[in-house]
Amino acid sequence: MRITKKWETVIGLEVHVQLKTETKLFCSCPNKFGAEPNAHVCPGCAGMPGALPVLNARAVELAVRAGLALNCRINLESVFARKSYFYPDLPAGFQTSQLEPPICAAGSFEGIRINRIHLEDDAGKCVHAGNGETLVDLNRAGTPLIEIVTEPDFRSPAQAAEFMRRLRYLLVYMGVTDANMEEGGMRCDVNVSLRPSGSEAYGTRTELKNLNSFNNIEDAAECEAERHREVLEAGGVLVQETRQFDPENGITRALRSKEEATDYRYFPNPDLPAVRISREFVEAVAAAMPEQPEARAKRYLDDLGLHQEEVAILAASAELGDYFEAALALQNSPKRLAGLILGELLPECNRRGLGIAEVTGKAGHAGQGEPVAPVFTAERLAHTAAVIESGKVSLKVAHELFADLLDSGEALEKLAEQRGLLQVSDSSALEGAVLEAIAANPEEAAAYRGGKSKLLSFFVGQVMRRTKGAGNPALINELLKKHLQ
Amino acid sequence: MSALLQLSLSEVAKGLQAKEYKVEEVVSACLDRTVATEPKLNACISVLAEQALARARELDAAGPPCPAPSSGCGNAGSTPVVPVGEIAQSLWGVPIGLKDNISLKGSRQTCASRFMENFQPCYNAEVSDRLLAAGAVITAKHNLDEFAMGAGTENSAFGRTHNPWDLDRVPGGSSGGSAAAVAARQCYAALGSDTGGSIRQPAGFCGCVGLKPSYGRVSRYGVAAFGTSFDQVGPLTRTVEDCARLLAVIAGPDAKDATSARLDLFPDNLPGQDFVAQALIGASREPGELLKGLKIGLPVEFWESGVSAEVEAACRDILNKLEGFGAILLPVSLPHQKYALAAYQVMSTAEASTNLARFDGVRFGRRGIPSDSSAAFDDLQELYIASRSQGFGPEVQRRIVLGTYMLSSGCYETYYRKAAQVRRLLVQDFEKALGSAVAGASAASGTCDLLLAPTSAATACKQGALAGDPLMAYKMDLLTIGLNLVGLPGLALPVGLGRESKLPVSLQVMGRAFDEAAMLRLGAVIERLAPAVGEPGGVEAVCK
Repeated sequence: MRITKKWETVIGLEVHVQLKTETKLFCSCPNKFGAEPNAHVCPGCAGMPGALPVLNARAVELAVRAGLALNCRINLESVFARKSYFYPDLPAGFQTSQLEPPICAAGSFEGIRINRIHLEDDAGKCVHAGNGETLVDLNRAGTPLIEIVTEPDFRSPAQAAEFMRRLRYLLVYMGVTDANMEEGGMRCDVNVSLRPSGSEAYGTRTELKNLNSFNNIEDAAECEAERHREVLEAGGVLVQETRQFDPENGITRALRSKEEATDYRYFPNPDLPAVRISREFVEAVAAAMPEQPEARAKRYLDDLGLHQEEVAILAASAELGDYFEAALALQNSPKRLAGLILGELLPECNRRGLGIAEVTGKAGHAGQGEPVAPVFTAERLAHTAAVIESGKVSLKVAHELFADLLDSGEALEKLAEQRGLLQVSDSSALEGAVLEAIAANPEEAAAYRGGKSKLLSFFVGQVMRRTKGAGNPALINELLKKHLQ
Repeated sequence: MSALLQLSLSEVAKGLQAKEYKVEEVVSACLDRTVATEPKLNACISVLAEQALARARELDAAGPPCPAPSSGCGNAGSTPVVPVGEIAQSLWGVPIGLKDNISLKGSRQTCASRFMENFQPCYNAEVSDRLLAAGAVITAKHNLDEFAMGAGTENSAFGRTHNPWDLDRVPGGSSGGSAAAVAARQCYAALGSDTGGSIRQPAGFCGCVGLKPSYGRVSRYGVAAFGTSFDQVGPLTRTVEDCARLLAVIAGPDAKDATSARLDLFPDNLPGQDFVAQALIGASREPGELLKGLKIGLPVEFWESGVSAEVEAACRDILNKLEGFGAILLPVSLPHQKYALAAYQVMSTAEASTNLARFDGVRFGRRGIPSDSSAAFDDLQELYIASRSQGFGPEVQRRIVLGTYMLSSGCYETYYRKAAQVRRLLVQDFEKALGSAVAGASAASGTCDLLLAPTSAATACKQGALAGDPLMAYKMDLLTIGLNLVGLPGLALPVGLGRESKLPVSLQVMGRAFDEAAMLRLGAVIERLAPAVGEPGGVEAVCK
């Protein structure tokens, strides 16, 4: 289905993003997905009489970080309001959200204007049991969210979906969120309207609630725009309303109209003083932000001389890039370090089904499983590179020992020593193996002497086999040349 | 009545420290008195006899925190005279009651609501924790107007409380159960909550001392909220010194309450925190020494608001005495006081409407029964309507409806925002009269050290007089709500009996923010100058 040129589609997004904090927004319960129902609940997030909210400072920091990443103005004073409505998953009977002023405003990202970013707490979940009963799970109640509201600047569903992909990438990179879509870590309301091409005025909009995959966003907006077109072209009138997308049948259904819309009765939450942050706080958040991915990639290419393929991987994740750079600070061998990460560490992580953070010891955020001990820290990576650079252990041996390196927590040279695989750089120790290799292959030796100089690598291999890979290749070359003369 | 019950909190605490009697004896005396008087008073929703006696025995077994010198505590030989109040366990063994909107584990917290009839809280209010840490024994949970909404303790799902001075009269409200219990000597003191006068007004009606602290002085954590930006917990006692001791225990910052004042961060700019010491100074030094040059403001809007002749007379007697000792009485004006009641009604009901939204029958409390009681609810809406209609009494429903309206789209600007503006103007009025707290001394010319006015315009009214006339009931708070709007502290204390009614008359001392110490010092002076109110005759007559 295509929207004909006669109409222009106008889309705006309201994106809810769960913040990557240890605890909930207003209490000290863990902000953790996947526990037994109602395991992470206290009087505060259960809405018990007399319980009071206390704001999580880390959530404020992450909201400011998101605001800076999206080029917003940071409001040094923002206010939490109560947004009242009744639902069983909303324990206090109101959500605590920001109305005016929000913590961030007037930003832009990828050419789309950001109207505002505000902090709010999430609701719990209703689980509809098969027997007609509804159960309430409050684990999610009170988890910190930011809502990012864009201006109606999108002109196609595909553009909106692509924006969401980039937004998610940026916010994950910036450490603002884990944004697991399946777990509801990032959800989106899509506002759709149509207007005649060339018109300035906006048409009547409808809102599609709670879309939680990029494809759904695009499909839902596509199908809603098509519905608008049909209504408008049939001479009908659209009603401003909230609708739900049914991906199975590719249709949207009305939930409630503007007239039926809840009056949320916003007013400043008297339990919470205004959020006041200082200019210095904002500057400190800015200073602690990860470098934007493009800037980092450029630096790796130009200053460190890494290959494009290496950069594409190292600079794509702040976590990995930070790890690489921590090691680089200790051992200035960018290519060697990049080679170890891409050639050894990441493949090993993949084989084990582990995230990089679990192996490097930067895990610790709730929900990623137990960290693997002993961890392969940036210090150990730097040390490993240094040992290879020094010639004590060959790259080949390092490769063979890498899995053990992760498992044992031992230093590379120690492992190599235990197995007699230290690189032999002592010419008297290697000389025997060289002479042996020549003696065992008289025909090849004769051919080499006859001018087939390519056979040198054959002899290097022979010596290597005799030294179990621990011979220093440069020295072997030198000795072979000498004895084959 | 046991002689132990004639003692003040300060006296009984001293005797307990000195092991002159056992905690169990004191607690038993209070419980016996409670059993004897409850049929006439109905001051308690729950009497915690078993728990209180168990705790009393535990305390007796452990002994007082710093026993008498003979037992060898501290540096033996010397006589450690540790004034009560300066030791950590200043309430060791003292029976104290709690208004039943304050959470205490192990006993239900009804808020005097049918909705919460069987609600067992899973955590302690911060003030409960502080009382227990100070060694207090909680003997009862006191009756109140449902969710603290009322001025006569007549809006309780557990029946009305009677005034110990005259059983046909109201004890005031909403902390009427606590005031009646303290006046009738069921316990040595109680904690109430004050949103628009709910500690001071019942203290006044029952001849007790009641203090509403500065907003932020005492943690609200664990106290079922009514008007969040107005609510403060405070003591109801029989003497000013007792009041100071109790305040010293419950006051102070609490990280669990974001509106709790972090006074510890500004140690240099603050009035003294030595509540007990100041009360003792007021009680012991020459009145002339304390009063000479003290500037006391008399807000005309309070004195000219239809104060009854006998209340005016009793209060004027005291003013004359203060003046006689050198105090300077200055008429002051709080021009926006005339809008205080309206602003209070708008903002407190707005806050209450959302504070009470959690009582929906889903997670705790009483779930409603469908009209066709055999069937299930058709939808969620019906469950909410049934639970809230059946669970809340009429006054609570009235305020929820009112507050919901105040916040509804279109009305917010007209009412709520306007009320918030009035509130700010009233703050300015009080600042003009008193100077700001941070500036400290009354150096700024024209400002007063303290303000004085009657606590209520009249003495306790007859039961039922407020029923059917909600506006009249709201006006009962007229002289007390101002302080809740502006967050300043107020101390109500008896200044004798009305010459016609023979009921206690109460005077209200108003101070600068966080300057409760100065209020308590003046209160202790007034306490000495005023005629004693004596024993409440109503309950004495029937409970010998």
